[in-house]
Amino acid sequence: MATAAPVELGERESYLNAGHGFKSWLLTRDHKRISMLYLLSVTFFFFIGGIFALLIRLELLTPAGDLVQSDTYNKLFTMHGQVMVFFFLIPAVPAVLGNFLIPIMIGAKDLAFPRINLLSWYFYIGGGLLMVYTILVGGVDTGWTFYTPLSTEFANTHVITAILGIFLAGFSSILTGLNFIVTIHRMRAPGMTWNRLPLFVWSHYATSIIQVLGTPVVAITLVLVALERLFHLGIFNPQLGGDPLLFQHLFWFYSHPAVYIMILPGMGIVSEIVCCFSRKRIFGYQAMAMAVLGIAVLGFLVWAHHMFVAGISVYSALVFSLLSYFVAVPSAVKVFNWTATMYKGSISFQTPMLYAFGFIGLFTIGGLTGLFLACLGVDVHVTDTYFVIAHFHYVMVGGMVVAYLGGMHFWWPKISGRMYPEFWGKLAALIVFIGFNLTFFPQFILGYMGMPRRYHAYPAEFQILNVLSTAGATVLAVGYLLPMIYFVWSMRYGPIAPANPWNAAGLEWQIPSPPPTENFEEEPVVTWEAYNYEDLGAVPEKQEVSVGH
Amino acid sequence: MATNQAAVVGTHADQHDPALLHHFATKEQQKNSASLGMWLFLGQEVMFFGGMFCAYLVYRYKYFGDFGSASQTLNIWYGAINTGVLLCSSLTVVLAVRAAQLNKRKALTVWLLLTIVLGLAFLGIKGIEYAEKFQDHHIPGPTFAYHGTVPSHPNQQVDPHHAEIYFSLYFAMTGMHALHMIIGVGLFGTLAFWAWRGKYSANYYTPIENAGLYWHFVDIVWIYLFPLLYLIDRHR
Amino acid sequence: MFSRLPFWPDAASTNATHVDALYIFLVMVSAIMTVLIFATLVFFAVKFRKRPGVKPEQIEGSKILEITWSTIPFGVFLAFFVWGAVIFFQERTPPQDATEVYTVAKQWMWKFEHAGGQREINELHVPVGRDVKMIMTSQDVIHSFYIPAFRIKQDVLPGRYTTEWFHATKPGTYHLFCAEYCGTEHSGMIGWVVVMDPRDYQAWLTTGGGNQPMTDTGAKLFSDLGCVMCHRADTPGRGPSLVGIYNRPVQLEDGRTIVADDNYIRESIMEPNAKVVKGFRPIMPTLQGQISDDQLNELIAYVKSIGQSQMTEPETTQQPASAAGAAPTGQ
Repeated sequence: MATAAPVELGERESYLNAGHGFKSWLLTRDHKRISMLYLLSVTFFFFIGGIFALLIRLELLTPAGDLVQSDTYNKLFTMHGQVMVFFFLIPAVPAVLGNFLIPIMIGAKDLAFPRINLLSWYFYIGGGLLMVYTILVGGVDTGWTFYTPLSTEFANTHVITAILGIFLAGFSSILTGLNFIVTIHRMRAPGMTWNRLPLFVWSHYATSIIQVLGTPVVAITLVLVALERLFHLGIFNPQLGGDPLLFQHLFWFYSHPAVYIMILPGMGIVSEIVCCFSRKRIFGYQAMAMAVLGIAVLGFLVWAHHMFVAGISVYSALVFSLLSYFVAVPSAVKVFNWTATMYKGSISFQTPMLYAFGFIGLFTIGGLTGLFLACLGVDVHVTDTYFVIAHFHYVMVGGMVVAYLGGMHFWWPKISGRMYPEFWGKLAALIVFIGFNLTFFPQFILGYMGMPRRYHAYPAEFQILNVLSTAGATVLAVGYLLPMIYFVWSMRYGPIAPANPWNAAGLEWQIPSPPPTENFEEEPVVTWEAYNYEDLGAVPEKQEVSVGH
Repeated sequence: MATNQAAVVGTHADQHDPALLHHFATKEQQKNSASLGMWLFLGQEVMFFGGMFCAYLVYRYKYFGDFGSASQTLNIWYGAINTGVLLCSSLTVVLAVRAAQLNKRKALTVWLLLTIVLGLAFLGIKGIEYAEKFQDHHIPGPTFAYHGTVPSHPNQQVDPHHAEIYFSLYFAMTGMHALHMIIGVGLFGTLAFWAWRGKYSANYYTPIENAGLYWHFVDIVWIYLFPLLYLIDRHR
Repeated sequence: MFSRLPFWPDAASTNATHVDALYIFLVMVSAIMTVLIFATLVFFAVKFRKRPGVKPEQIEGSKILEITWSTIPFGVFLAFFVWGAVIFFQERTPPQDATEVYTVAKQWMWKFEHAGGQREINELHVPVGRDVKMIMTSQDVIHSFYIPAFRIKQDVLPGRYTTEWFHATKPGTYHLFCAEYCGTEHSGMIGWVVVMDPRDYQAWLTTGGGNQPMTDTGAKLFSDLGCVMCHRADTPGRGPSLVGIYNRPVQLEDGRTIVADDNYIRESIMEPNAKVVKGFRPIMPTLQGQISDDQLNELIAYVKSIGQSQMTEPETTQQPASAAGAAPTGQ
């Protein structure tokens, strides 16, 4: 904890108190303030999506569809998916932590395009408002995947407003990615070569490539769905000569790389945390950087593994199955490298490190089960069942959300100038881990037993596993609520954080907590390699380290 | 990987340049960033239009003859004139950039205005084409009706559903293109205003250059649209 | 092998045992990898925990290790791929002489019609020990035909046929689920597959609402709808002869040669000018909107049967380009 005399936060100017009032926040160009705007909004949508999830799990306590009507249930899982995917999973790490940290990590004053950064947030909010509107006026029930002709010809819910909301959120994502790529290329401080970049930055660079190149495809696809709905066009309608599989190809061409948008930033977080709490540089820096790029590129080549039973040819299926095994390799390599980083380290177990351990374990399981799905013979049985649901929740929740929480704890002192309560942090991490596994591991078994996904009611033999899963979900909910509470608590009552409470490497720890608006008093000149823990010593406590050390 | 940029500690002259935004160290850094940003934006636009091109290619292959027939209901002369108009407008754009580089405020404004005129001409001709399609009942939806035969196969009737798909894609693709043109015209209008007010010079003309890139992109999209939509099967 | 294990589905088809074997292999490999990684993490966490006076050792990396732990997993992955691909290929290639059952899926029920004309809704009676091939289409949205006990699943699409086949090995009653979200009563679009001993099945065939065989109903349609006027078996007519046409190569006007599978025959009835046979003119009227999916199935069943009994030896056919295999641009 802090050993220097705590400075009353109000005396020193930081980005938090530089300017007061709504206008200074809503018209800010400061990447740190924009990141906080995002923090509030993604948390809001996580909450909404989480409530939908709880309702789903409550319904699934009993085999009969007795809590809500079928149509309502269909809306619940549709909007749980849409809200979580487009309004939480895609933006959270890049728009909150990426926005905050990337300029500081590379030694810059701000992103390349601060006004476009703010515009991104407004696009996100616009999309979010449309989504809230959709929910309030009755919702949408097409599934988050919008398969045609169900979504174009048969659904009689608010499909178009949902599409518009997602379209705007997509534009937000594109602009964020564009901003990051230009920033990382052009705004690095002197001495900050590509090979000295923190892996957090590398991860966001790879993510941004996917955001810029992939998102437009789903944007135009959803526009075509909306047009088809409005004018009964026939592009995806077999009765009019259209092809529903064309929709699926176009949709998954983005939506598969989208999952790498979700996980790559989380992987960047884990690299930072593991190095800090092992007091070591990362094992295999080059391999780790190449791995994220490899995942980004290969991720564009595997989309039809979502369509093995959709009616594609056997030969297509073979090609996409093989390519899917290719993309698994760099992910596996990363798990090995994180583990190897701990070898001969000096490991301590503060909350961020607990989340990092959790990530590595849960991502391993999630990733391995992806291999099951890539396997054609098995996929025929388990696709469209709870096995898939378990798989993607392991990587998205056990992976990305766990990493996000770890990152929030790691950088909370920097963002807020306060320490969170360590005991509660560790407790919440443990509760999340237990609750998560209890919720989702039974679903692998359910899936292999044959329980299809998106089922409102199910045969009685599936009940016991569903009850276990729901029990887990309530535990998980507690685990999520705790940080929401103690982070807010810490803003007032938390001990004041020094510049570098973890004695971590990286430029962000060389400036005050919270940082001043301009980030650096003087532009840093970088003369050291990334993760220079040999200079920083074996103790993950705060030491005074000056710029340029 | 690329070596890191040269030290970006700003020069004294740069610091006082009103065109230099505070978070950039040098004008050069700012200009390069803006350029890279615009290229990335155009990259994502390629992917955006790409989805529709993909759909078009799939159905052109699948309904080869029907697409050929539907395509021939378009007026090839309007299309060709529009192609010429856009090519000329790309020329005026380039001349505008050149004028900015040479500090010629009046010439810059004139070239920008000419670009707008040509853009509006394009949109006007497009409007005439759309009106014709409306007359012909070729607008997809409840009023759609199509009768025709496949080129070179006078006995083979065209399936109206397939023709409707052609026109759906025609309107989606040219409509999206026209929307981008309208945005471009608005953009150039703003630039023309500020150019007249003297905001741009050899020292600072990045917005002209980047808007020019955008305009060239919209032009190139049309260069692909025209043959794919208007010129297929004309030899039959 | 795994009957009546808790939390394990029945294995009631040849495919099921193959898939289970692969699945067990995947589970074992994954369990080993998971345990290895977890154990290593725990071991490192304990052994290399922070202790006073002990400095961490900065290690750059190891190219050899990177290559090793890239290639070995990739080798294992290739094994997964090959084994899975083999099973998949078998599962997607229906045997030549499988018993055919036509399926029409609609919101929210499964309609079946057996070759003998027997109709069922949400319940499918099949014989044990015989190959059964489902020829499926949807009347509205995309559904998916899923029998967990057989480990098979195939999406059912509007406007075309997809096929699925199985060889049941154990009499019993097994779940049938729709596995592609299809609207309000998606989770109600379920039923049963009843696998019967051959004798019981024979009995059921005669009593189970046995109408005319599909080929007979189809033959009547062929005549009533006027198809017989142009498609003559004896003399050349305005349309090509359909004798022995099923699964044989056909040359088209535009020069292509395709195989006359289920989807081709369906398309020729619904969109006759899409693929005109060489030497004939595109004058056939479409039957779209004039017949129901059930009637279409019966008509196709009849067309497939024309000349089959007369042929002594079918010419070597290509692999039936299974209807499930047609790409959007396909046959």
